[in-house]
Amino acid sequence: MHLKRKRKLQQLLLLTVGSGLIIGLILYALSENINLFFSPSEIASRKAYPVQRIKVGGMVREGSLERANDSLQVSFMITDYQHDLVVYYDGILPDLFREGQGIVAQGQLQADGAFVADQVLAKHDENYMPPEVSDAIEQASAAANATTEQTDL
Amino acid sequence: MAHFKLPRWFHQLGSPKWFYQFAGLLQPWLALISLVLLFWGIMWGLLYAPADYQQGNSFRIIYVHVPTAILSQSIFMMLAVAGAIGLIWKIKMAFIVARACVPIGASMTVIALLTGAIWGKPTWGTFWQWDARLTSTLVLLFLYLGILALYQAISDRQIAARATAILSLVGLVNLPVIKYSVDWWHTIHQPATFTLTQKPNMPAEMYLPLIVMVSGIYALFVLLLLLRTRNEILAQEGRSGWLTKLLQEGHA
Repeated sequence: MHLKRKRKLQQLLLLTVGSGLIIGLILYALSENINLFFSPSEIASRKAYPVQRIKVGGMVREGSLERANDSLQVSFMITDYQHDLVVYYDGILPDLFREGQGIVAQGQLQADGAFVADQVLAKHDENYMPPEVSDAIEQASAAANATTEQTDL
Repeated sequence: MAHFKLPRWFHQLGSPKWFYQFAGLLQPWLALISLVLLFWGIMWGLLYAPADYQQGNSFRIIYVHVPTAILSQSIFMMLAVAGAIGLIWKIKMAFIVARACVPIGASMTVIALLTGAIWGKPTWGTFWQWDARLTSTLVLLFLYLGILALYQAISDRQIAARATAILSLVGLVNLPVIKYSVDWWHTIHQPATFTLTQKPNMPAEMYLPLIVMVSGIYALFVLLLLLRTRNEILAQEGRSGWLTKLLQEGHA
């Protein structure tokens, strides 16, 4: 390659790698601020304080959803499978809110360690399938559970 | 060091005359291919692909959202590579192609952001969150708009082409940030469904229409790129001999 072009190529590589390095370091330094939400473990290790308005996120624990009979008040537990966090919310939950699925809630951490949310957003995972397939999987796992219960007896 | 020689077609692509005529030959075929693929893909995706078990029919916007989002990033890659080729080998055509990429890439980014917002409302419950994936894609749009603005701000065509090529090379760092944002940080956007190393988290009856749509939109991009590049050649080479000759023969 011509010497002049080689030098130009080196300059451009230096420019690209250099700017990449700068942005990379900035993002690394900011990493905790780039996160959209705190996980229950981060709440447990006191990375957020009760006065702050924050977002928390995690999986809704199976069987933890409780609805009030006479209002829209709900409570549920979110988890990252290491720590749990109780969330109270008064309002309409998004359509995709389900036990076992991820959510992001915005609100305030209380002194007693619970979280009072004024907005609940649903996350969905990267898996897509037709309803018949998910029904078939559920039936298969139910059948598998039934047989293991029988053998346990 | 070893002597590095570029192949012949590379130099031919660098000639505006050759490019203009070759692109003219390709255009009708690309138009046909992209029309057929996009029509086939959108019909298959919207009418025949099964609904999702969680999201129902609203997931079908994936057939527009994912192809435009992929393209918004590949076009930026192409823009930066074309700019680098122009800077290193001083090839005028590379700069013209880079210039033609910008508005198409900006449009794809706008469509990806809009369809994402429309998809976000019924599924997440919000049009917009300042999460890393959404914000870095917005930065991509601002990079495209910044490059457009820089072209407009510099009246000397050559200096404008060089300055924007450097800006696009610096902006290249945003691409891995967009790609890995969902893995590096807590985001509301889900991680990638398709990876090179693993089976897609989606059955074939859902991803085949998506592949058709992605191929269709790539074909559409190449078509738009050739159209814009030919226009740019006409604007820049308006008074050159070969073009006048072509016009007189009625081939242009």
